[in-house]
Amino acid sequence: MTVEARLGSVANYVDERTGAAAWMKKNLQKVFPDHWSFLLGEVALYSFVILLLSGTFLTFWFDPSQREVVYEGSYEPLEGIKMSAAYASALHISFEVRGGLLMRQIHHWAALIFMAAIVAHMMRVFFTGAFRKPREGNWIIGIGLLTLGIVEGFLGYSLPDDLLSGTGIRIAEAIIQALPVVGSYLAYFAFGGAFPGESFIPRIYTVHVLLLPGAFLALITAHLMLVWYQKHTQYPGPGRTEKNVVGYPLMPTYMAKAGGFFFIVFGVTAFLAAVASINPIWLYGPYTPGQISAGSQPDWYMGWLDGLVRMAPPIETHAFGHTISWNILVPGLIIPGILFTGMALYPFIESWITGDKREHHLLDRPRNAPNRTALGAMSLTFVMVTLINGGNDIIATHFDLSINQIMWGTRFGVFILPPLAFVITKRLCLSLQRADRELVLHGRETGTLLRLPHGEFVEVHEPISPEKAFLLTSHEQAPPLELPEVDGRGVKRAGALRNKLRSRMSVANAEAIPKVSVNDLKEIEHH
Amino acid sequence: MSNEIEAIKDPGLPAHVHRKADTDSAAADRAERQVAILFGISALGTALLIVSYIFIPDDVFIFIPVMGNQNAHQLGLGLGMAISLFFIGMGAIHWAKTLMPDTEVVAQRHEFRSPDSDRKEFVEAVKSGAGAAGLGRRSLIKKSLGAALGLSALSPLLLLRDLGPLPEKELEKTTWKSGTYLVTDPGNRRIKASDLEVGAVAQVLPEIEDPEHRKLSDIAKDAVLLIRLRPQEFNLEANKLAMTHDGIIAFSKICSHMGCAVALYEQQTKHLLCPCHQSTFDVTRGAKVIFGPSARPLPQLDITIDQEGYLVARQPFSEPVGPSFWERNSQ
Ligand code: HEM
Ligand code: FES
Repeated sequence: MTVEARLGSVANYVDERTGAAAWMKKNLQKVFPDHWSFLLGEVALYSFVILLLSGTFLTFWFDPSQREVVYEGSYEPLEGIKMSAAYASALHISFEVRGGLLMRQIHHWAALIFMAAIVAHMMRVFFTGAFRKPREGNWIIGIGLLTLGIVEGFLGYSLPDDLLSGTGIRIAEAIIQALPVVGSYLAYFAFGGAFPGESFIPRIYTVHVLLLPGAFLALITAHLMLVWYQKHTQYPGPGRTEKNVVGYPLMPTYMAKAGGFFFIVFGVTAFLAAVASINPIWLYGPYTPGQISAGSQPDWYMGWLDGLVRMAPPIETHAFGHTISWNILVPGLIIPGILFTGMALYPFIESWITGDKREHHLLDRPRNAPNRTALGAMSLTFVMVTLINGGNDIIATHFDLSINQIMWGTRFGVFILPPLAFVITKRLCLSLQRADRELVLHGRETGTLLRLPHGEFVEVHEPISPEKAFLLTSHEQAPPLELPEVDGRGVKRAGALRNKLRSRMSVANAEAIPKVSVNDLKEIEHH
Repeated sequence: MSNEIEAIKDPGLPAHVHRKADTDSAAADRAERQVAILFGISALGTALLIVSYIFIPDDVFIFIPVMGNQNAHQLGLGLGMAISLFFIGMGAIHWAKTLMPDTEVVAQRHEFRSPDSDRKEFVEAVKSGAGAAGLGRRSLIKKSLGAALGLSALSPLLLLRDLGPLPEKELEKTTWKSGTYLVTDPGNRRIKASDLEVGAVAQVLPEIEDPEHRKLSDIAKDAVLLIRLRPQEFNLEANKLAMTHDGIIAFSKICSHMGCAVALYEQQTKHLLCPCHQSTFDVTRGAKVIFGPSARPLPQLDITIDQEGYLVARQPFSEPVGPSFWERNSQ
């Protein structure tokens, strides 16, 4: 029997027991649009699978206990030193388990790649407007995955109980303890008593290997089912409309590409883990609250939070025998809370401003949504500035600056640079639109000069293809919302202030360089 | 010219361009061989992994430029694994790109919104279902159900109560008492004022009976830094100056910001720096915060010496050490 025939009989076997033929046929022929930026979400998914595999390997030897032991392993500098069983077992994985260090490094690199891929994927979704109706729900699931990812990563690198990770836990404890009214109670409950105690690592271990991976699986499943059901968005172009999907069928092309890509991601992660050391816990020593390693740095996805905490002004309220630490609450909880809530609500805010309640399956080119693109650039700038301050000690030593300079630079920068980024990006988008308009009207500059009969030189412009012309003009340019402040009878409407705000934003949002129409082209021909 | 603005027309999907392997069977055979070679390289990677596992001992280090010394055993395993995985992927993708159908297919979308009749019936069904249950009319049921659900959420909260003891006043207490000796950490030896030269720093802990079993949660509150300056270098109020001994001043080592160990002392400037968020404390002015996010000076421990000259605490800390909390009276 040929392979085809054998697979055919498997299909037959399955159908006779489930009646799934019609459904399977439809889904195996499902069409997936192709673009490199659609791979970012896949990288995140594959890194998650790698985390599951490598993490399970680590659980076979990792002992999540804060019981005190004396180190007797093969790493001589720590011989005879008292440490937690957790740290000792992480050392055992690193030095005695064959391939253990490799697996630890694969796990940690995969965590970094996972977070980077999630962020890059979100940027793709944001800047192309893929979150618009009907995909708002998936956007919110995505924000949930990002948030859980940050927590899961933090818990993960807290597990080995080395000096660096213990310092991170200390800071987490201080944030809990800073909560008004309930803080010290919650801290005592979380740590089973006074910090550090012996309960915290066993507890976060359960959360790290069971609770959160379970939540990830549930959310990722929902995320992918929605993508499947709603079909993928596609970039605009000739032949692509709001009503169709153009791409490759799942079986075989897309399956082979996606499956192959999993191995590529796994291979690259293994390569990084083989050649680039990460989190060498044996160099830090065991955790003890009286010591610290200089240059304490969290992983990058926590670094921006650390940077915010570092730049907070030293403000506490002392009143009526109580203390409120604004220097912890504002950067540690309030600002991230506002940021993440804002991100989650963004699809609804945008559709409120534009008044657009239609379905969208064609992506925007970022330049054609200048306000959104500028807002994204503004948020990224904010995070970059705080991230720089999170590494201020490292940057100071590398670039010969003082920490004071960086701290003050970023304290001002965090207010000045994001709005600046907004303005610059918006201008940039509009000039790109202008360039598009020029291109459609006058064609591409060829670089060849032509001498006219009367001696003047002109550059030869080559008209662009109809496909390109269509691509550059196929976007919608909706006029701003019209929200009269008074109703038909001249009476001021309720919520006039809100309407005013809305129409202001709507006007700003609709700002655009008019795209070329056939009429414009005809007019040029007349010249 | 008409006023109607006419958009540029969609020329439709560009015509499909055939690949070489689609038309030329020799090219297709070549592509097949290329795919097989890629899968073959993957197999070599696995062979490298096995060879490294068996033959490279795990205590051999080799020097690689940029990366420094690397454990040869781990490196062999890692590279073998990377090669074996990566080239499976490369093979599959090359296969898909050269030999699998690359004609773009068009599928139609349908709007998610159902036909109006269905929507109406759906809303009706919801309404009549809710009506049949009497959700609208029987408000007593609605309210009592809400209350019962809310209350039932308390039970897991209650059951979580045993996660930990109540903090009581523990956050405000340390092991330091009046008359507690200062001992070195590490070492647990008492120290004399004369052991500490001008400019020196030492980490100390309170003396306890069984230092072998000192709890980390005690160190987290008890750790203290001793710093010796010349007495005239201090710029302190009289009561704080009285808490020093002959130029030796003692501060809690636990940062008043978020509790990291304040471990960096700059001799020239006489500043203490916390590496976590760079709160900087001026030792000469009683660890006043001169930079960074911390809002309070490090608590100072009142020290003196006994008859033999050993350093000892005159009193416990007069305020809680470490990060702030709601119950802390910071006035
Ligand atoms: C999105 C998912 C995950 C992320 C972001 C993540 C992240 C991390 C990180 C950064 C570490 C520190 C590694 C180090 O340098 O030592 C870690 C440790 C660990 N993780 Fe995960 N992890 C994830 C999922 C899992 C899963 C699913 C398991 C098990 C089923 C697992 C088991 C472990 C174990 C046992 C350790 C401690 C071992 C050691 O550090 O040597 N992780 N995790
Ligand atoms: S913990 Fe010391 S500065 Fe934050």
